[in-house]
Amino acid sequence: MASDQRPVSTNSALPPQRVIARIDIKGPNVIKGVHLEGLKVVGKPGAMARQYYEQGADEIIYMDVVASLYGRNGILSVLEEAAAEIFVPMTVGGGIRNVEDIVAALRSGADKVAINTAALQRPEFLSEAARVFGRQCIVLSVEAKQRQPGTWEALTDNGREQTGVDVIEWVAEAEARGIGEILITSVDMEGTQKGFDIELVKAVRDSVSVPVIACGGAGEGAHIRALLEASHCDAVCCASLFHYDRLPLPALKNELAAAGWDVRL
Amino acid sequence: MITVVDYGRGNLYSLSHALSHIGIGHAVSERPEDILAASAIILPGVGAFADAMDELDQRSLVAPLQDAAGRGVPLLGICLGMQILAATSEEFGRRNGLGIIPGSVRALPEPDDGGGIRIPNVGWRRLALHQEDPLYHGMQEGVMAYFVHSYGFFPEGDAVMATSEVNGLSVPAIVRRRHVVGCQFHPEKSGPVGLEMLHNFFTEARKSATASVRGSEVGAV
Repeated sequence: MASDQRPVSTNSALPPQRVIARIDIKGPNVIKGVHLEGLKVVGKPGAMARQYYEQGADEIIYMDVVASLYGRNGILSVLEEAAAEIFVPMTVGGGIRNVEDIVAALRSGADKVAINTAALQRPEFLSEAARVFGRQCIVLSVEAKQRQPGTWEALTDNGREQTGVDVIEWVAEAEARGIGEILITSVDMEGTQKGFDIELVKAVRDSVSVPVIACGGAGEGAHIRALLEASHCDAVCCASLFHYDRLPLPALKNELAAAGWDVRL
Repeated sequence: MITVVDYGRGNLYSLSHALSHIGIGHAVSERPEDILAASAIILPGVGAFADAMDELDQRSLVAPLQDAAGRGVPLLGICLGMQILAATSEEFGRRNGLGIIPGSVRALPEPDDGGGIRIPNVGWRRLALHQEDPLYHGMQEGVMAYFVHSYGFFPEGDAVMATSEVNGLSVPAIVRRRHVVGCQFHPEKSGPVGLEMLHNFFTEARKSATASVRGSEVGAV
């Protein structure tokens, strides 16, 4: 027997896995694209979030793709509505630029904020945010585009802008600045429903010691099982899988439980 | 009056929404008189221990909280609000807490290379239920709740009602000393199970209020 062949039963020795529903928002609508582009309207945020909560989502991530925090249809009004009826952790990202934005997000019902563009423009923002709100509140969001095998570039503005920053160096710096979690989205796999960039998730997870949330590419349960087996990542985040009813949350959790993973049913 | 203590260190919006959802009217307040007048108190909190104690100090809330707990007012501490019930903490140097439940706050163990739970411990964890406690009345062993923490509160004596396993260590998840309860997890973020625990806390609080009224009537006779 190959010693690296890990039997399914040892999964139970690992901590429970979080299954997170991601809701990308533009104006009053939930949208979804492929490689963060070609966005299509797939529903309304309030109804979808409520459905995912009732189906057992362990957490909900709201991402504002046009970074419009404020205003009548801004993501904060979506959060305010959700906070009255959704009692699992909620993270908000897209357009978080300063301490005041974080205060506004928390006051609207967010538990955590996900920061990408503003952190790449001014890395000290992460240190400030972690100091003021505690590291449990600050999630580094990374949009990773593969440049060569084993090398990824961090993009900003929902995948629209290049930075030249190496993802692996960036996550290590962000951890040193005090963030509490990393949400790693593969721009290459995002929306394709063809599976995760497992090498990316492993490389990120191996270079930090904070929890890592993997996002981008889930199209079936086998993709998620392969990701968990290979990377032991701390949480998995899906959008298309749930939006298009490819594999509803309860079915996914049952599949993971049957494979020996500890999930909240 | 039910008072949720606002000392600038908690996500009170979620908690306030959760209480409203289960029909518990409450006041969010940072005023000492609202703690002294409370029939039940919730002490939330996220962040660092010393920082939280400084904030309570600046608002002159330490003595009122100790006084209320001493008079038997039901008190629920959540996350950091549970940890500051302790006598002392070792987070960033030794610091005294409220001293309402004897014990100390210590860092959680880091995982081995082979896996385990990363710190901060973020996510849904199973609870091992050790004693009968009204907070989890009717719930099953292994019920899950949402945790976010890097430190644990380890009380003295038999105050531990439930634990969750973190890298081989049983870390207290629910502690109780008479009418003072602490949850390391966030009941307001733990779905229907968490809401039920909040509901149970207030059911118990009402019972003890009725009992103490009866007690004083008996005393008057």
